[in-house]
Amino acid sequence: MTTTQTGPLNPSTSMSGAPLLSVQDLTVEFSTAAGVARALDGVSFEVSAGETLAILGESGSGKSTTAQAIMALLPKPAGAITGGKILYAGRDLAAEPASKVREVCGTEIAMIFQDPLSSLNPVFRVGAQVAEPFRRRRGMGRRDAWARALDLLKRVGIPDAETRINDYPHQFSGGQRQRIMIAMALALDPKVLIADEPTTALDVTVQKQVMNLLADLQAETGMAMVLISHDLGVVAEVAKRAAIMYAGRIVETGPIRDMYDHPAHPYTSGLLDSIPSQSSVGGRLKPIVGSPPNLLNLPSGCAFNPRCPFAIDRCRELAPTLRTPEGWSEGHQAACHLSEEMLAHV
Amino acid sequence: MVGYLVRRLFLAVFVLWGVATVVFLIVRVVPADPALLIAGSDAPAEQLAQIRQDLGLDQSLLVQYGRFLGGAVTGDLGQSYSMKQPAVSLIGQVLPNTALLAVLACAVALLLAFPLGLIAALRANRAVDRVVTTGSLFTQALPNFWIGVVLLLVFSRTLKWLPSVGLDGPKSLILPTIVLALPFVSVLTRMIRNGLLEVMGESYIQTARAKGLPERIVIFRHAVRNAAIPVITIVGLQFGTLLGGAVVTESVFSFPGIGRLLVTSIQLRDYNVVQACVLVIAAVFVIINLVVDLMYGFLDPRVRLAK
Amino acid sequence: MTAAAPVLAVNATMRRARRARRGVKTRIIAPLVVIGLIIVGAIAVPIAFAFDPLQADLLARLAPPGAVMSDGSTALLGTDQIGSDLFAQIMAGARVSLLVGVATLAISGLVGVALGLLAGHFGGWIDATLMRVADIQLAFPSILLAILIASVLGQGVGNIIIVLSISNWVVFARVARSQVLSLKNREYVEAARTLGAGNWHLMFRTLLPGCMAPVIVVATTQFAQVILTEASLSFLGVGVPLGTPSLGSTIFNGTQYLSTAWWISTLPGVVLVILMLAFGILGDALRDKYDPTLRSA
Repeated sequence: MTTTQTGPLNPSTSMSGAPLLSVQDLTVEFSTAAGVARALDGVSFEVSAGETLAILGESGSGKSTTAQAIMALLPKPAGAITGGKILYAGRDLAAEPASKVREVCGTEIAMIFQDPLSSLNPVFRVGAQVAEPFRRRRGMGRRDAWARALDLLKRVGIPDAETRINDYPHQFSGGQRQRIMIAMALALDPKVLIADEPTTALDVTVQKQVMNLLADLQAETGMAMVLISHDLGVVAEVAKRAAIMYAGRIVETGPIRDMYDHPAHPYTSGLLDSIPSQSSVGGRLKPIVGSPPNLLNLPSGCAFNPRCPFAIDRCRELAPTLRTPEGWSEGHQAACHLSEEMLAHV
Repeated sequence: MVGYLVRRLFLAVFVLWGVATVVFLIVRVVPADPALLIAGSDAPAEQLAQIRQDLGLDQSLLVQYGRFLGGAVTGDLGQSYSMKQPAVSLIGQVLPNTALLAVLACAVALLLAFPLGLIAALRANRAVDRVVTTGSLFTQALPNFWIGVVLLLVFSRTLKWLPSVGLDGPKSLILPTIVLALPFVSVLTRMIRNGLLEVMGESYIQTARAKGLPERIVIFRHAVRNAAIPVITIVGLQFGTLLGGAVVTESVFSFPGIGRLLVTSIQLRDYNVVQACVLVIAAVFVIINLVVDLMYGFLDPRVRLAK
Repeated sequence: MTAAAPVLAVNATMRRARRARRGVKTRIIAPLVVIGLIIVGAIAVPIAFAFDPLQADLLARLAPPGAVMSDGSTALLGTDQIGSDLFAQIMAGARVSLLVGVATLAISGLVGVALGLLAGHFGGWIDATLMRVADIQLAFPSILLAILIASVLGQGVGNIIIVLSISNWVVFARVARSQVLSLKNREYVEAARTLGAGNWHLMFRTLLPGCMAPVIVVATTQFAQVILTEASLSFLGVGVPLGTPSLGSTIFNGTQYLSTAWWISTLPGVVLVILMLAFGILGDALRDKYDPTLRSA
């Protein structure tokens, strides 16, 4: 860690101790033509310096909404935070107006997006876009800012960066664009990086390279990372902890190895069954039946009950809360009434 | 870029040829005999024959078409029958006036529409937006000739602040400019509003915000530049409507422009001038759209750098 | 304090969104009522007044609005330069406007949609030819084309309808074509094709229904445009023939009397504005309702 810590954090304990970013009981609602949709319902998690937390879920589960809520990027006027806290360095970002939160964006918390082509402004040279944080936030002159941008582009591995700095986004390949996005996000040495599906739009071979780059940069800078993905395979090697989201709630959270070995929620176990793995070569993949629920019309009780093979009457009446099931390790939580009965801790 | 330029130029020439042909056909192939229209139905046969010969109507249609196209390319659009002058020189005398009027109206429209559209987009669905969008809807519903007459009635006849007709000093430009600019303002305002709203939903705006840029820079640097690209195309397309509006506006204010020349020529049944006016207006429109397309290429690197 | 501010903001934004949605219904019904009233007036008023546009009553000429006439009746909106009642004349003019509008939209709509379907469905040279023709036509400001054709054809309500149909079909053809292109590869069209539906069936039973919503939206906005162009042509003297009352020609006639009888030029314009506004608002509301890509919030 090269820069000084802000807020009450103690640098010496930050690697393992107090969380850098802490989301508590976050609730986000959207007003749509058909009614009010609760996109996030009581979401809590935290992430410490040097640590990577993966947030996993299907599209529409609320993982991207979480990122938008933290960065004050919720689409206005439809979406808004209606409850909970986003604590960073002693401030509650959820209670501050977007213009205040924006001061933290880039310098403290940065974000990269799913589709690097549409996330880069098509009419500006990439150099100008990477240099922009230096010019607008640090007040540097054009020459200095572009020199810093060039350093960054080299650092993220853009070949021939000296000439390519003058090119436009559409002239780069998908992987290179995402590298440019990463360079831009890291410009001001943020403490937290939120990566929203950073490899989803990329070729499989390139996915690996980008994930490795992110891991290397994290090791270099000691930043905390929130890695949002729908792909369990992508995050397994990078993240230590994961949170699984379903219909706006976290349904299971804990150390990622634990969750892979001993899932405590039928949804997680279904997700694991539905990805190809070495152990299941030759076997049949088991998809989760049904489709994600409509947020405007959630089933009563546990939102997963219509798709759950184990659902009983209690699941349809009472929504389960996160708890550590008996027999599972400390720090591994799931929101299921039946963890012990149905998912024996083998 | 060069290929794009050549293709675009070729298309412009093709459209101009098409316009010339359509104008030729409309004027020649209609059942009415231009000679009869010019001289009146009770004119003696010798006079009719003379007129037909003067106009080249005694030749075959194909020969007429060849002559017409040849003339058009060399800048000869025939003689005015009523003014005994080449149509081109008649147009040359009034075209600068129309150009002045059109440019003024465009400038006024842009100066008004940009801030209005911006405010409406940034305050979408709030009171300000509602006032602006309703206002633009209302403005668009005002027939330009009627609003011209009303403004004449109020400002020149009743209040006597402004001259009523003709072109006599800058003051006489005020009312025609307003009348010509009004519908343009409302179309542009809505275009700018909707264009900005669309751009504001793009991912790169999220990126700009995630970089922690102040909203002012997000809007004026990242959004406006992108929203301007389609708006400029619309300005080009709307310029045609503006030229059409000039025909009506100039008639209301007896403003010596190409539109008024066109209408008086129609009344005098001076078909060579009518044809020439329509051709020139269409040509101006095609050229402006060509320029707009090239500007589009300049503003959008995706087009500029495409091979 | 910490949580209260965002919650309040949420309630406000949600209220706004709800109000915007409710507004669409009002914005459809209100203009329909206004248009209905004008239609009734356009049919009934000239009959009730036994209106004859050519009948001159020189004693009654240029009477201001509300003037009591020699026969004891009140001229609600005054009289014109030949002494005919302005209210009856305006309503007779609105009748011409509506007639021209309906007939033009029927002709240009049918021709345009049919050609657009053909071009979109078959593609190839049909499409290429049609689009080049459209390009050329769009290189004309549409009123210029109308003026040119009208001046050659001569005056007359029928001619106006022809002129306006010629300058309007392109709009419908383009809308229908682009809609067909976007529908063409949808599953339900593919399904019909695989099931052996012929070209005719595909175009008129499968694709056409999908084109109706945008076509109706465009028709509404074009109605206002057609009415405006008719009035402009009549104002310029290349529209309706002498003796046929039109809002445009009445406004033109009034320009000779601006200093003495302001009402002749201004009042017909008010009706024209109301008509244009009603169709404009209706078109906008229909677009909000049917075209989600342009819907705001």
